[in-house]
Amino acid sequence: MTFKRPNSAGLAALAILAGLCAIGFADAALAQTAPAAADAAKDAAPAAAAAALVPNKGDTAWMLVSSALVLMMSIPGLALFYGGLVRTKNMASVLTQVFAIVSMIGVTWTIYGYSMAFTDGGSMTPWVGGFSKAFLHGVDASSTAATFSNGVVIPELAYFVFQMTFAMITPALIVGAFAERIKFSAVMLFILLWSTFIYYPIAHWVWFVAAPDDVANAAKALAAAADGAAKTAAQAKLDEVTGSVGWLAGAGALDFAGGTVVHINAGIAGLVGALIIGKRVGYGKDLMAPHSLTMTMIGASLLWVGWFGFNAGSNLESNGTTALAFVNTMVATAGAAFSWLIFEWIFKGKPSLLGICSGAVAGLVAVTPASGFAGPIGAMVLGFVVSPVCLFFVSTVKNSFGYDDALDVFGVHCIGGIIGALGTGILVNPALGGVGITDYTNITGNNAGTYDFVTQMIAQGKAVCATLVWSGVGSAILYKVVDVIVGLRPSVEQEREGLDITDHGERAYNY
Amino acid sequence: MKIVMAIIKPFKLEEVRDALTAIGVHGLTVTEVKGYGRQKGHTEIYRGAEYAVSFLPKIKIEVAVASEQVDKTIDAITSAAKTGQIGDGKIFVINLDHAIRIRTGEADAAAL
Repeated sequence: MTFKRPNSAGLAALAILAGLCAIGFADAALAQTAPAAADAAKDAAPAAAAAALVPNKGDTAWMLVSSALVLMMSIPGLALFYGGLVRTKNMASVLTQVFAIVSMIGVTWTIYGYSMAFTDGGSMTPWVGGFSKAFLHGVDASSTAATFSNGVVIPELAYFVFQMTFAMITPALIVGAFAERIKFSAVMLFILLWSTFIYYPIAHWVWFVAAPDDVANAAKALAAAADGAAKTAAQAKLDEVTGSVGWLAGAGALDFAGGTVVHINAGIAGLVGALIIGKRVGYGKDLMAPHSLTMTMIGASLLWVGWFGFNAGSNLESNGTTALAFVNTMVATAGAAFSWLIFEWIFKGKPSLLGICSGAVAGLVAVTPASGFAGPIGAMVLGFVVSPVCLFFVSTVKNSFGYDDALDVFGVHCIGGIIGALGTGILVNPALGGVGITDYTNITGNNAGTYDFVTQMIAQGKAVCATLVWSGVGSAILYKVVDVIVGLRPSVEQEREGLDITDHGERAYNY
Repeated sequence: MKIVMAIIKPFKLEEVRDALTAIGVHGLTVTEVKGYGRQKGHTEIYRGAEYAVSFLPKIKIEVAVASEQVDKTIDAITSAAKTGQIGDGKIFVINLDHAIRIRTGEADAAAL
């Protein structure tokens, strides 16, 4: 064996890294040259009152533990879940892609992603945040972030790192759709662009509410106000504070832990990728059976455990609703895993390990938006329902259309996510055991606190469609851009040889 | 000298080894192989993907014996590996010109 000098590809990667740094410093400059916007945001929110709030130690501990749990979902959970499903020759490739995405997003989220998702973007604020917190500008150990309870805060750094783990896992989900047939350089470039132009904005649409306490107070004041001038004043105040929210948050779309932002978003991006990149060489002819269902089972189990951080952690506090989200995550997943197994047994002849693992993931996906809103029985029914639909998509629909969504990112995450998003609109109904509409959702309709089926389903549908369109069309453009810059696919010979060797120069298994 | 090569069902390996040891065969080479014969394969289903798996896992054993021991060897393998079902396997006998033990340089019969 001889020592090889770094080749041109390695040097190109160095150049890209240098470019990234340059972009990062440009962001910093932007943040500093736009103090006016930051000051305006400070004035709009009575920051002085918020500063007096002290985070609860239990809440803080729970959020940090949840963040670690969600990281465990990506690595090793998702990596093993996906890795077990590919052929031996591509195992290291899938593991590397997931690990590399997690690492890259950890960097970009800190540099500009958090700021794009969770700051006021001035006139752009319904659509995207600004750069006022780029490089964590102004965020330190004493900064706090609001939670769902009035007057309860958590350290902003805990919120930052919790949201970071979501930003990490979402793009990592996509790689399953085009596994075994994409160049590593293309994956990294695509994910860099996708997280920047698709994920950070959509997270902002759904989750950004600058001052939820103010919104809630204003809504209460409006409800309590007598007719006439008081009502007008209260309305004006509400309009003022709801000016700084993401547009889907303002539209009243309910998404407790990210069914839309994470799963529908990643699922449709995956489908578009599978269509644009094309089928694997030998698809439909060669044996492409999973190389290790053992790994897949370990991965699915780690996902289930980690998902308690994802869903129950999304309550941002440690209280009764956290326990509700935790229990919902448990029962919906159990229901869905069991339901997949039974349906498969009836319609395909045998109850399979891959089936029950897929069912568990489908249940986790579906309960994600509903976890803090539905009641446990509602969540369990949601689990029962999601599995047969996803099973139908990953077998019948996929086969009849012939797209090669290798690891069923669309069939499980997008379809499961849509079932969950729409199901949330139904199951939040107090008559079905749901928690009802909390006081600062449905803000623009001014129907805070009341549940209306049609209004809620319109809001849910709006969130689903907006995500499908933005992520679907946006991803298509980004795939084309990546294809032009570095090329999406390896050569047929390289694909046959396996991406472990051709992309990474190593094998997952040496024996 | 002959090489007796047999393709057998994997779970029969231990029984075959015991039977060969009993008749004084002191060495055996085992290889995991795949193949097909009259035994049909099976179908594997992974979510929506169905695969007809026609190559079944088998064990190939190779044993070098003196010519006069061939019949005994064949009998031992046949009786140990037989289940009576399709897929029990086959035995092939091949001529062996030379055999050398690497450690001592002993040749032919002495090397077996």
